[in-house]
Amino acid sequence: MPSLTRKEVEEIALLARLHMDEAALARMESELGAILEHFSSIAAVDTTDIPPMTHAVPIELPLRVDVAFPSLDAADALRAVPKRDGDLIVVPAIIAGSGE
Amino acid sequence: MSGVELWSIADITRRIAAGEVTAAKILTDTIARITERDGELGAYLATDFEGAQTAAALVDAMRSANLPLGPLAGVPIALKDMIVTKGVVTTAGSKILDGWSPPYNATVVERLRAAGAVIVGKVNCDEFGMGSSTENSAYKKTRNPWDATRVPGGSSGGSSAAVAAGLCTASLGTDTGGSIRQPAAFCGVVGLKPTYGRVSRWGIVAFASSLDQVGPIARSVADAALVLQAISGHDPLDSTSLAQPVPQFSESIAAGVTGLKVGLPKEYFAGEIDPEIRAALDNTVAALKEKGAEIIEVSLPHTELALPAYYIVAPAEASSNLARYDGIRYGTRADASDLLDLYCKTRGAGFGPEVKRRIMLGTYALRSGYYDAYYKKAQQIRALIKRDFDAAFETVDVLLTPTTPAPAFAFESKATPLDMYLGDIFTLACNLAGLPGMSVPCGLTKNRLPIGAQLLGKPLDEATLIRTGAVIESALAIGAPP
Amino acid sequence: MTELAQLLKDFEPVIGLEVHVQLATKSKAFSASGIEFGASPNSLTDPTVLGLPGSLPVFNKAALELALKLGVATGSQIRAKSRFARKHYFYPDQPKNYQITQFDEPLCENGHLDLIVGGAVKRVKLQRIHLEEDAGKNTHVGAFSHVDLNRAGVPLCEVVSAPELTSSEEAAEFMRALHRLVRWLEISEADMEKGHLRCDANVSVRLRGEDRLGTRTELKNINSFRFVQNAIDHEIARQLRLIDSGGRVERETRLWDADLGQSAPMRSKEEANDYRYFPDPDLPVMVVEGALMGNILRSLPELPVARFERYQKIHNVTADDARTLISDRALAEYFDAALEAHPKDGSGRTIANWMLTELLGALNKAGITIAQSPMPPQRLISLVKLVEEGTISGKIGKEIFEESYRTGEDPAAIVERRGVQQISDEAMLWAVVEKVVSASPKQTTDYQGGKDSLFGYFVGQVMKETQGRANPVMTTDLLRKRLGR
Repeated sequence: MPSLTRKEVEEIALLARLHMDEAALARMESELGAILEHFSSIAAVDTTDIPPMTHAVPIELPLRVDVAFPSLDAADALRAVPKRDGDLIVVPAIIAGSGE
Repeated sequence: MSGVELWSIADITRRIAAGEVTAAKILTDTIARITERDGELGAYLATDFEGAQTAAALVDAMRSANLPLGPLAGVPIALKDMIVTKGVVTTAGSKILDGWSPPYNATVVERLRAAGAVIVGKVNCDEFGMGSSTENSAYKKTRNPWDATRVPGGSSGGSSAAVAAGLCTASLGTDTGGSIRQPAAFCGVVGLKPTYGRVSRWGIVAFASSLDQVGPIARSVADAALVLQAISGHDPLDSTSLAQPVPQFSESIAAGVTGLKVGLPKEYFAGEIDPEIRAALDNTVAALKEKGAEIIEVSLPHTELALPAYYIVAPAEASSNLARYDGIRYGTRADASDLLDLYCKTRGAGFGPEVKRRIMLGTYALRSGYYDAYYKKAQQIRALIKRDFDAAFETVDVLLTPTTPAPAFAFESKATPLDMYLGDIFTLACNLAGLPGMSVPCGLTKNRLPIGAQLLGKPLDEATLIRTGAVIESALAIGAPP
Repeated sequence: MTELAQLLKDFEPVIGLEVHVQLATKSKAFSASGIEFGASPNSLTDPTVLGLPGSLPVFNKAALELALKLGVATGSQIRAKSRFARKHYFYPDQPKNYQITQFDEPLCENGHLDLIVGGAVKRVKLQRIHLEEDAGKNTHVGAFSHVDLNRAGVPLCEVVSAPELTSSEEAAEFMRALHRLVRWLEISEADMEKGHLRCDANVSVRLRGEDRLGTRTELKNINSFRFVQNAIDHEIARQLRLIDSGGRVERETRLWDADLGQSAPMRSKEEANDYRYFPDPDLPVMVVEGALMGNILRSLPELPVARFERYQKIHNVTADDARTLISDRALAEYFDAALEAHPKDGSGRTIANWMLTELLGALNKAGITIAQSPMPPQRLISLVKLVEEGTISGKIGKEIFEESYRTGEDPAAIVERRGVQQISDEAMLWAVVEKVVSASPKQTTDYQGGKDSLFGYFVGQVMKETQGRANPVMTTDLLRKRLGR
């Protein structure tokens, strides 16, 4: 497994939307590097034909009957919103193309 | 310390039912004790004495009206702050949720209320359950009731400290990689992580969804069994909740261990373990043997891979679960003029260093091109670890290991994150395999620090943990902290 | 600059579509709050929709059933075990900052959608159909955006075609075919105005004969049949001109602005998207049981394109009429009921004619749908039979239709009452012909002398004598016989 570069740390921080100052990024680089180094042992484990275990217990997806229940009151739904305009949530302008 | 604060659940419910004491009186004494002691201990993040008084008054009114009382009627209970409580601030120990008052209750909260429990407040934890000392709480330091210079463990440190110090009768913790069992061991109380899916996760702030479980922390195995009983069972609001019958756990308390096959996984005794813990485990083995258990050495060959597998799977899921904290719909929001800035600054300021570290680690592991080498590989190793357990449980009924390699450590004594992670080696595999696990006090060090014995059971076999734990508890009782 | 038409001789457009279809459920995909277009902002939420801490998803059975219907109707392979995955990107209309969707284990794969192109059926491969949740809605207001989460969590099927459409017309036809199919099966209300069908298009061009695909662009936000066609035409032209002028097509996402009639690249961030898909740990494997599949298969009606072909092959309906008949399931059901009431070979074309001209004309005039038609198929057939059997003429038939449509009276009864039966009695008609010819000696002489145009005069006189009830074919025959040519 390749070691972690500073550029990668910055890319990951952006992907994860985490602002960190220079010192924090430097610390992250060395800490993550050490952790990944420690975990490099897993590469050597033979896992051929072992299905990944995505759930702790083997169960099937339960299905919900299609019945609509009363929604939260808009007042309850919006009580914790830091910035709103009436019943709408307000955010800084979305730059076209920053998401889907 | 004497009186109400150390009564068992059975004591409380029996005396209330008999009219010897009221729920209101028990609550008043508990509040007094919290007021007196919590400034020093630092267990509670928020109290809801008003809500508690209403609940206690209801119990007393029902008692007066000769109505049937619930199994936890009048029992003061504290909830880890990872558990969502309607109208009572829930922060998960994070600044990013500072002041958040949820519009709904977790299923476990509803079930405790239905059982007559009196919920007194929310207790401290490592931010989003990430940590082993509760030092990662954004709010306060919680001390170990046995030694105030030491950590209570984590992440359910507030839960175990409050229970050990008598600031509630029992509490709920959450356990993703040992967060119930390790602090229970550090604080000398019983902590039980149920089988994955036994207890609903609806309303539990998610850390790692495929590993998280809620469970009781209590002063006795019997109390833990009663609380577990109240919160267990299928919940249609959680797609991973098991639709399996829940046995009467209390019936296992007095079942004894005659003929029970107790496995000692050799890998858990091979590494660096504090000699006093080793000795306490020897005593535990001797006690079980004496009570009629058969001790068998077994092997779980992939044990050493649990740590890397866990520290890939859990951060990966956490990086996803914590994406929602962006300051848009709830929580704190940073000042920013554009959207990208809003996300980065809100999250940069709202999360503490350990949470950021895990989000970074998890984001790294899920990136395209790295997924197979990290996340997928870790999930395959997880399958190997599960196979080890399946094989072991073909010959034994329950596994016995130390809960931790060392007793409670001093504040700020772990030099690096990795040092902290290494303390979790005995508790992680249980979550990866989805098994029930319990920590029971089994001795004290010469410095009077509690030592925990960990029991791991077959899926859905909490009953055997309770049965075995009760025997250990009666043979090796450690008493209450000073 | 080379003409576009010239460029299109050398280059071939290749188009693939991704269409999001809103499923017609009562509640959201993963929680129980309701779905309603135009409800007041943020009034249709719950802890799961809001992505509150501690909330969890539980999947809606109806959404699975509707997706299975679509899967079966498109001949897709249905995965007995499929899985939900999380797709991560930060956006204010997406409360969890990840979308629950399906990634490498979608519900349906390798299906097909039948299109009607120029009267013929073209089969287009579908790579996959998967289930996912919708996002909320952002509205841009100056320096801010407003977020309404009512739509967040609404269940969608994403239908992904193979890149094998070769023109904007085909792309629009794909949308129409999908629209028709999902309405036919009541999978979606498919109201375009409400955004129930939303389309993204991947467009590229390549030299004809080339196997490799050219660099594609993704066009977003093309949400009507017309926009699909305009936006794709525009993009094909843009790419061809770019290539013609020595440029290269960049792989990018472009946003279609219907008002301006042009697309612009969406500004790309300094980072590449990395969605970090992984199986959703909150949602176990989705197992499609045999019993559920059985129910779906049993409940599936004959599909529109199958009827399109049957109407032409078995019932002799023209391609145009067949296409109109399948544009709406209720229309096709009416037609089939009519066929059943009159199972005579070859009558289909006549029935279709009456339905599509007289009946649809009357319905349109009244502004009502076929389902609300005051004239049931059996009554239309009784009229068609009167005409077919020669009891009344087609012209009279239209009058009878009008009266029956208006009053609800049976056509045969109207004919009886009004005495408008056609005269097909040879002896009776011969008498009329005799009378007309005898009364017109001059015209008879002129006609027999070669003035062909006078034949119409004699027919008119017979019709006049019989108040238009004379069987026209017989009248013609008898006149020719009497006049000798």
